[in-house]
Amino acid sequence: MTISIAAQSMVVAIALAFVTGMARRSSSRIIRQVALVYVELFRGTSLLVQLFVLYFVLPIYGIRLPAEVAAILGLGLNQGAYGSEIVRSAIDNISTGQIEAARALSLPRIITFWKIILPQAVIIMLPSFGNLAIETVKATALVSLITIPELTFFGKSLIYSTGQTFLVWASVVIAYLAINTPLNLLVLWAERKAGHYREASRGV
Amino acid sequence: MEFSFEFARSILPTLLQGAVITVIATFGGFAGALVGGGILSVFLRSNIAPLRIFAIGYIYCIRNTPLLVQLYLVFYVLPDMGITISALGCGILGLSLHYSTFFSEVYRAGIASVSRGQFEAADALGLHTTKKWMLVIGPQAIKPILPVLGNYLVGMFKETPLLAAITVVELFGKAQNIAGQTYRYNEPYLMVALIFLIISVPCSFVIRKLETNGNRH
Repeated sequence: MTISIAAQSMVVAIALAFVTGMARRSSSRIIRQVALVYVELFRGTSLLVQLFVLYFVLPIYGIRLPAEVAAILGLGLNQGAYGSEIVRSAIDNISTGQIEAARALSLPRIITFWKIILPQAVIIMLPSFGNLAIETVKATALVSLITIPELTFFGKSLIYSTGQTFLVWASVVIAYLAINTPLNLLVLWAERKAGHYREASRGV
Repeated sequence: MEFSFEFARSILPTLLQGAVITVIATFGGFAGALVGGGILSVFLRSNIAPLRIFAIGYIYCIRNTPLLVQLYLVFYVLPDMGITISALGCGILGLSLHYSTFFSEVYRAGIASVSRGQFEAADALGLHTTKKWMLVIGPQAIKPILPVLGNYLVGMFKETPLLAAITVVELFGKAQNIAGQTYRYNEPYLMVALIFLIISVPCSFVIRKLETNGNRH
């Protein structure tokens, strides 16, 4: 359950991160402002509060989400807000020389973005998105509080039935480490890749 | 059930009582993490291998597991080992243990930003280790890390609702109690979200200003 919820909310988060991250650099003032409000709203409040609003408050206004959907949506919206900053800063990091070169070649804006800015930005984003994935796995612990039976939830109920406090929590910790260790290795690999790429581009 | 401003106003004093606990937990955890992070970075820089390995292992375990699980560990396991502290104490301890790993990283980055020449100059003047750190490296390292620490303070503030899960009745805990007693969910939770926004958004704006100012120098 932990892995499936983490994976699904990560998909939502990455999609939102790209849309919002680009919207933050849009030429339209309104789009920029909407994106900023979304980011500040979800980074400014607690994830737990957001989950409770989605799960307990929305039904009052007639929107009844199943616990699992509320969990994925809540995590996705929250992590997406953080992810949008990753996208934004990666795009900002592409040297203006690249954009000027594209303009000098009189490439249209869309092509400049897809063929020149994005491929370079994605490599810069990779390690940060890896860290975001680790954060998402950890954040799934919170959905136990809106009644979803994931790892932490099972840990807690096992304690009530067995009384083996230390053993149970030690196993829960090991389970989280087992999920996150491969992700960590992936981040290290991505960081090396991004480092190579940055050195190569500097060397030219 | 519509949002009733009347009801929202009536629960505000109770929520603000909770907010006081939230603030205590945040600053308590922050102070603990400042110290804990210091100890960890000393361990990481130490010549004694077991200390280094302990610090690396500790950071690895804390970074890769959820804060909620760590809070449960402190709250449920400490009493088994014969140590009883209040729920709030457990919360502050949990936050300190969690954030000290991040703070040690912040310190490391701060120290790394001081140029090597400063270390060499201090050594060349024959300054004692304590004096070298207190007079030369410390003051220079502290400047870039202040806005980062500010960010973590806001981050910790937003993580405190987790303490409600270990029975600390802070802001979110109060809201849960009100919701449980009155079956009105929208006012308490929306008010909590609003209080969080009112406190954390201005703080992050101030920190962002500090950051841009800091970068200019």
